[in-house]
Amino acid sequence: MKAPEKWAGHHLAMIVIGAVIVVACATLMRWDWLADYGDEIAAGLWRTIWILAASVGLGFALAVPFGFVQVTGPAWLSWPAHGFCTLIRGTPLLIQLWLLYYGLGSLFPQFPWIRDSFLWPILRQAWPYGLLALTLSFAGYEAEVMRGAFAGVPKGQIEAARAYGMSRFTLFRRVWLPLAVHRALPTLAGETVLQLKATPLVATITVFDVFAVASKVRQDTFIVYEPLLLVAVVYMILSGLIVLAFRAFEARLPVRLG
Amino acid sequence: MALAATSVFDLLALSPPGWGGNLLRGLAHSLEIAAGAYALGIGIGVAGAAGQLYGGRVPRDLLEAYTTVVRAVPELVLILLLYYAGTDLLNRGLEAFGFGPADISGLAAGIVVLGIVQGAYSTEVIRGAILAIPQGQIEAARAYGMSARLLMRRVTLPAMLPYAIPGLANLWLIVTKDTALLAVVGFNELAQETRQAAGATKAYFIFFLAAGALYLMLSLVSNAAISRIEKRARRGMANPAGGPA
Repeated sequence: MKAPEKWAGHHLAMIVIGAVIVVACATLMRWDWLADYGDEIAAGLWRTIWILAASVGLGFALAVPFGFVQVTGPAWLSWPAHGFCTLIRGTPLLIQLWLLYYGLGSLFPQFPWIRDSFLWPILRQAWPYGLLALTLSFAGYEAEVMRGAFAGVPKGQIEAARAYGMSRFTLFRRVWLPLAVHRALPTLAGETVLQLKATPLVATITVFDVFAVASKVRQDTFIVYEPLLLVAVVYMILSGLIVLAFRAFEARLPVRLG
Repeated sequence: MALAATSVFDLLALSPPGWGGNLLRGLAHSLEIAAGAYALGIGIGVAGAAGQLYGGRVPRDLLEAYTTVVRAVPELVLILLLYYAGTDLLNRGLEAFGFGPADISGLAAGIVVLGIVQGAYSTEVIRGAILAIPQGQIEAARAYGMSARLLMRRVTLPAMLPYAIPGLANLWLIVTKDTALLAVVGFNELAQETRQAAGATKAYFIFFLAAGALYLMLSLVSNAAISRIEKRARRGMANPAGGPA
């Protein structure tokens, strides 16, 4: 509202206060463990980013058909998709994660054909369950967004494409999907940040992400706050990067919607 | 397998050899924490929104920092930080005034921790809702000579409610699911009770499925209630979709 005084004194004061807090944290708190755990923190950070990227990519790929069939699909496709979304959005991710890892994971070894299959070395690890739970969760929330986006594409666009004689697949690929993704992009940025904030849950099923490393440091050294503060800052930086990346991506797309 | 002897119904029975009673008690605790945190969050949200819109520059910047940080850091990390820092600070404060360390109840700690997280989101929802009120209504109230508090109570809060309800309803659904995170700090809510039951009986699949069903039921009942409340709050307002209200 009062744009001209954007850089007035109170902002300077806030920056000074912030700098004082940072310096106080750096000097008064214990950070000597950083050198010992640097490699593990880097590996954990990489795992967090990797799980986030994979679950967002796979989840989005699932969300597109799940959202689409809810808009135009026949009832035998749209109802299961709708039920899937309700199920995912109605239960905590933590319970979904534990159901998959502890529940399914404890059932699998009872079947010899699973234990003998080539997949068993993978199924014995924790990360596939974490990735699956995060992917399904993202798909559930994002399918709802995509449903709205598909439904919101102006009818005239689709009718025009039909009038050109496009086949149904071409129409979907060239017109309906791009316009829907464009509409969903701003929400997608927010959903991706929410997904980032969901990734530390995989630490509860022994996946060693950056949060799990911080927990390990806390247990090893009995330092209570510093590892948590470091992780909080790491997540804040990652959130900021996600928002900036999406903003840059959005800026490259043409703005005018028909 | 040895477990086949005990059926699903034995495991989920309400009386002690079964664990159903524990799960329901956990659900009741989850609901208590969710309701308390939600109420606290709305309280923080109203104060925060008023501060952001009508406050001075320093409160505005502080609130901005609060909502930004809370919305960018995972709930799990915030819960741990607030839980340890909160109990630590409280005990140090008590020590400074010459009292012994207090035994903080899990319920109160859970409510405060989740309430602070919810407050950041509520602030944004209510701020947006206040901005959505036709500002002439507020100006008219000012012209009547209403004091700031009377204006807030009689005009701003009731008028912003229809705009805030979808966002606030969403926050209720989020807080009921976020209570599960408190299992990580060891509160006896539904997720933790389920984990204990599953660990004791080794029937992981059944118990996590049962917990999921309870959470889902809670969400569905909430959804039904929300759509009724929403309809009631929107009575007399133009329907943005243009169809019958």
